[in-house]
Amino acid sequence: MAINWFKYSAPTTFYPLAGKLIPWFAASSAILFAAGLYLGFVVAPSDATQGEFYRIIYIHVPSSILSMFLYLVMAGYAALGLIFNTRLSSMMASAVAPTGALFAFIALWTGALWGKPMWGAWWVWDARLTSELILLFLYLGFIALHASIDDPRRADRAAALLAIVGSVNVPIIYFSVKWWNTLHQGSTIKFTGTSMQVTMQQSMFTMLAACWLYAIAIILMRVRSIILERERNTKWITELAEVKK
Amino acid sequence: MKPRQKRFAYIIVGIAAVGLAVGLVLNALKDNVSLYFTPTQVYNKEAPQDRSFRIGGLVEQGSLKREGDGLTARFVITDLKKSLPVVYVGILPDLFKEGKGVVAQGKMESDGVMHASEVLAKHDENYMPPEAKDALDKARKTQGSTK
Repeated sequence: MAINWFKYSAPTTFYPLAGKLIPWFAASSAILFAAGLYLGFVVAPSDATQGEFYRIIYIHVPSSILSMFLYLVMAGYAALGLIFNTRLSSMMASAVAPTGALFAFIALWTGALWGKPMWGAWWVWDARLTSELILLFLYLGFIALHASIDDPRRADRAAALLAIVGSVNVPIIYFSVKWWNTLHQGSTIKFTGTSMQVTMQQSMFTMLAACWLYAIAIILMRVRSIILERERNTKWITELAEVKK
Repeated sequence: MKPRQKRFAYIIVGIAAVGLAVGLVLNALKDNVSLYFTPTQVYNKEAPQDRSFRIGGLVEQGSLKREGDGLTARFVITDLKKSLPVVYVGILPDLFKEGKGVVAQGKMESDGVMHASEVLAKHDENYMPPEAKDALDKARKTQGSTK
């Protein structure tokens, strides 16, 4: 059976679909957060060299991964919006940006909190930290640029260009610890295997899944309000039950 | 070409061009992007001679000596090929240990010793509980004694 993907690129069909999906993503995210935090902070053993301090990775690593991944999602939607001129793609790009910025900020913040007791410095201008900071600025730049242009379609195109150009930064963040000497340690999770104890790994992947589901739920919620705002003059919006009330 | 295919091609070419430009710039600035020099690079005179720079490597086993004032620490940074003595006055970070990673910022003085103004500990990418580490250390020791 062939699925007509363009059907779901219309806000009219996507709006109710997103509404139906949100509770499922939100509920499974809440359950996984509870499980992941319990595993990470109660069950998982302490680390041989870092003691209890290492437990910040259960928040730091998932938010760093998602900050990079969400940027690619945002740039992908922005590119789709430019290429196919679909309204929903650009709305999705705008909906992803604040969540991506939040995760980038959490990654930098928790990293600084860990860096002070472990490295001896809150902040170091090494390649990994600097490129992640640039990622946060790219998110903020995307949001600011989009907000500064009144015509939403023109704002979409300008911000999309920024998002696409900025995507060059994501592989730089990922490979920075490999290409240059950095204070930040190398990757623990590699394609060839993971240098981490099994319970620690399970806690971290649970937290990653929880953050991922949270991101999906919150982005769908945000895109629904963007649809309502931008399409407020259309007939189908005025006929929605929640708008009529 | 349809307009949408044209736009797709523009975007691909654009990303490739920006990627190439950034790649060339970063390649040209390689030494500036790296946070520290290795002892081998210092010996090859790749590190700046008369100003402050960072050096990174492992703290050599058995090289850490503290002086009477309780603040001055002397140790040797090695990359397992070359090594370089460092003197530092101040509080060392918690993770600072012999055989572990370290990054020190300072200036090479005429005595061939780096006078560090800042010492940071570098953590590796391995996470394991203390019991597992003890077992690993024991295994290494027995392996070493049989050799």
